[in-house]
Amino acid sequence: MDWRQLWEICSAPDNVPIVGLIPLLIFYMYLAWKQAHANDLLIEQLEGDAALAKTHHRKTWPFKPGWQKEVHVWPFLLRVEFLAAIIVTIVLMVWSITLNAPLEEPANPNLTMNPAKAPWYFLGLQEMLVYFDPWIAGVVMPTMIIIGLMVIPYVDTNPLGSGYYTWKQRKFSISTFMFGFVVLWVAMIIIGTFIRGPGWQWFWPGQTWDHNRLIYEVNRDLPDIFGITSNLGKSIFGAIIVGGYYLLGGFIVYSLFRRYMGKDFRRMSLLQFSLTQFLLLTMVALPLKMGLRLLWHIKYVWITPWFNV
Amino acid sequence: MADETNGKNGNGKTGLIDRVKDDIQAMKVDIPTKAKEQIEGLKDPTKTQVYTSIFRHKHDDTPRNRALGVLSNVFLHLHPAKINRDAVRYSYTWGMGGITFLLFIILTYTGVLLMFYYHPTKVQAFRDVLYLEHDVPFGKILRNMHRWAAHLMVIAVWLHMFRVFLTGSYKKPREFNWNIGVLLLVFTLLLSFTGYLLPDDQLGFWAVTVGTNMARATPLLGHEGPFGAQLGMTPYNDVRFGLLGGSIVDANALLRSYIWHCIGIPIVASVLMIVHFWRVRKDGGISGPAPVMLAEEADKPRRGPKAAGE
Repeated sequence: MDWRQLWEICSAPDNVPIVGLIPLLIFYMYLAWKQAHANDLLIEQLEGDAALAKTHHRKTWPFKPGWQKEVHVWPFLLRVEFLAAIIVTIVLMVWSITLNAPLEEPANPNLTMNPAKAPWYFLGLQEMLVYFDPWIAGVVMPTMIIIGLMVIPYVDTNPLGSGYYTWKQRKFSISTFMFGFVVLWVAMIIIGTFIRGPGWQWFWPGQTWDHNRLIYEVNRDLPDIFGITSNLGKSIFGAIIVGGYYLLGGFIVYSLFRRYMGKDFRRMSLLQFSLTQFLLLTMVALPLKMGLRLLWHIKYVWITPWFNV
Repeated sequence: MADETNGKNGNGKTGLIDRVKDDIQAMKVDIPTKAKEQIEGLKDPTKTQVYTSIFRHKHDDTPRNRALGVLSNVFLHLHPAKINRDAVRYSYTWGMGGITFLLFIILTYTGVLLMFYYHPTKVQAFRDVLYLEHDVPFGKILRNMHRWAAHLMVIAVWLHMFRVFLTGSYKKPREFNWNIGVLLLVFTLLLSFTGYLLPDDQLGFWAVTVGTNMARATPLLGHEGPFGAQLGMTPYNDVRFGLLGGSIVDANALLRSYIWHCIGIPIVASVLMIVHFWRVRKDGGISGPAPVMLAEEADKPRRGPKAAGE
């Protein structure tokens, strides 16, 4: 266990934000879960008691008759905002006094940094480069993430859970977002920051960064395993595999939606549903491809003269 | 007036000295009276013309004045005068949107100060950063604050998006504002990324090299991307060339990222922020904490004639 190495990585000035992000994220997930749980209990209670549902104010916080529903922004909101501004400024001041912004040697195109890492918030994309060609990892995937985020409000037809924390009313959408944001995005950033060392090789936390380490990895392509040698054969084979993934996956998504989310499915138009299917499958394709690469050393699934997937 | 005319005509024979004496007599009465009035007026500064021209309403603690304090102030009038009593709870909003905006203001402020000491040229950029670090008064803390506020802003934006998702706040009628928010997220990352190159050190240089190398592989528009070569893309005319102003990360790339960082993206992001905040109000204020909805009510209209059973 090389504590010095671990400390060097964790205390590198530009890694500090990620070290800070982890506890922050855990805290806010806890805060959200606590409120979601309380709301779920209330929902359960109200659904079992129709008379109470008609009179209850429908929030977990107490509300007594005679209380005003609204309060003045000044001072009740502005004091909170003012306090938050002061606290953030103080935190920022203390941080800036105690920790210096990084500054390396002057830029030198002839001296490659090893590892050469993107800023920490893009390390998820850089980690994806291991599993996909740059046109997918660097261009298509980011575009899909942005488009995927933008279509969320238009494909989520569930009217429940608008304006309050809940888990039971939105199990699918919340677990999908958690998977995309926490499991894929944040976890890949953590891998990119703490685990990837020189040569973008995998070093466990506490393992010394060996700049001379060589790993003999024989990566194979999926068509090779099946003994397909001709270019045309590889193109067709890959198209069938990728197309088959989306067709079969699409069918599985359909049957899961029909069985477990019937209400939401009935509300969805064909366009809404097919967009959801496609984006969901594309997101799931990332960990699948990671698995293929890490477990079976498979590099490409679909090989054509113009692009490889 | 009459005295003056008489004097000029010479009939009253009032000499110049008499006139001066008369003025002095009058002054002895006038000035102390005015001074007294002035002091009386200063005892209540809220009644002066300067004060009432700035503040348009009284400040005694009445509901009306509390509302006017927000509504008649250009910086505060983004807020409504009154909000739901639960909406001030920190546990609901986490305050992340506001914190993001605060950090944007801090970044603008420290950024403008940094611009006074920085030349976006290959020869001077790195030396300017050294100068800031070692010679400029408070230069080090200025640069530190700018960098850490930028990182903090990225985190705050993510947590804001996380909260908005978990509370379902993107749902009707806030779909469009969620989209503006996604664009603002992208621009926040781009702002941070363009700033990364500016110190012109190894860290920024290689980060931007890694980042923009991906643009080579853009389908159709990059020379190494699918179908790029077939469409006539070379390292000298593809999308990466456009981003960097050259085929390598060099002087033009430094200037381009400087201009995007300091002018281009902040303007676009500011416009989007205006729309974002405006839409928060127009879409009915912050989304909650709203009363919980029960599953059996999901497909029933909540308002209007149908809800009344017609």
